[in-house]
Amino acid sequence: MERVPILKIGDILLVSIQLDMSDQTAVQLQEDLAERIVDTGCHGVIIDITALDIVDSFVGRMLSTIASISKVLDAETVVVGMRPAVAITLVELGLSLNGIRTALNVERGMELIAAAHADELDYQLDDDPDAETASS
Amino acid sequence: MALSTEESGRLAALLGGQAERVTTRWTEIVTSSLRGRLSQAELRRQVEDLHRAIVATGQHGEIDLASENAAELRAALTELSRGRARQGFSATETTISIFALKDVLAELVQEAGGATALHDFVAFSKLVDEMGLFTFESFVRTRESLIADQAEQLLELSTPVVKLWEGVVAVPLVGTLDSARAQVVMERLLQTLVDTGSPYAIIDITGVPAVDTQVAQHILKTVVAARLMGADCIISGIRPQIAQTIVALGIEFGDIATKASLADALRHVLRLSGVETARRQPRRGV
Repeated sequence: MERVPILKIGDILLVSIQLDMSDQTAVQLQEDLAERIVDTGCHGVIIDITALDIVDSFVGRMLSTIASISKVLDAETVVVGMRPAVAITLVELGLSLNGIRTALNVERGMELIAAAHADELDYQLDDDPDAETASS
Repeated sequence: MALSTEESGRLAALLGGQAERVTTRWTEIVTSSLRGRLSQAELRRQVEDLHRAIVATGQHGEIDLASENAAELRAALTELSRGRARQGFSATETTISIFALKDVLAELVQEAGGATALHDFVAFSKLVDEMGLFTFESFVRTRESLIADQAEQLLELSTPVVKLWEGVVAVPLVGTLDSARAQVVMERLLQTLVDTGSPYAIIDITGVPAVDTQVAQHILKTVVAARLMGADCIISGIRPQIAQTIVALGIEFGDIATKASLADALRHVLRLSGVETARRQPRRGV
């Protein structure tokens, strides 16, 4: 069975979907990804769908599920590289990818995750008086 | 409707026998109707082409406009009407060039006389009518293709996507937004977002005369599609009347940012992307 490769870049896991997704590959990807997030302790997942010509409800649901799983494991998911034709089709069909953040390309996606992560760190620092005294 | 072989033969003989006289008379009649908008020499050339085509077809046997034999005649007629349509002549001015042949034929048949004169003239008339109709049809076809070309050019011209700042593109919409145009705008905007990697787009509707629910629907779809791709859209250039219409129609823009002017929208985007703008002492001219 074909597997979708998961690459680690710094604090981010990059998943580039290059093949037509089937039920099995989708389930396998979810399992692999969850395992990798726990193993590496990454805080961001980027899913690149540049190569996908068709995004139907099945792929949409898969992306939502992956985003939810990652969220539970404290990792932000960003879907990048959606083609204009795909976006138009999704809008015409009335499908919306709820709870998924999107970016134009991988670079923007990495910026987005870095910004979200920085916000979170700030928030934690503000929230925790001990950390602030420790750092000062 | 086709002319029989004998009739065609007689027609070819009639026209071919006095070629010079026929074309001269024919040109005269057409010239008077066009009021000097086409040069005598050009007109004469067109008439001679037609004359030659009719005679050549007549010599082959029966004349039937739809048949294989009449290909040359059809080409000559199409050529004539296409030229007239492009030069802006009216349909009457075009078809009269063909119908003028009737007057010429009437004179010729009268002179020739004979037992079959009336019968021949009716048959020739029918052929001329058919040629006139054919010319008119191809005239209309040419006009229609001209209009289609222009509409396409208009579509191309009216939907530019301009870069305002690093990472900010704008679409100044001008004119009524129908489904076809909205589709073109949407595709071009999204493609530009991908090509330039711009995370912000401003849709300026200053030039849109009226916003109804359908236009709003098109704009909303574009914004949602851009969001799906990871870019943010701002709508600007909403005129006071348009704002009133939008509220009266109950159109909801939701959490999409709307600004009164393009400048406001650009300032909003720059603030979002963290670019600082500061006013300095203006330079004075020397």
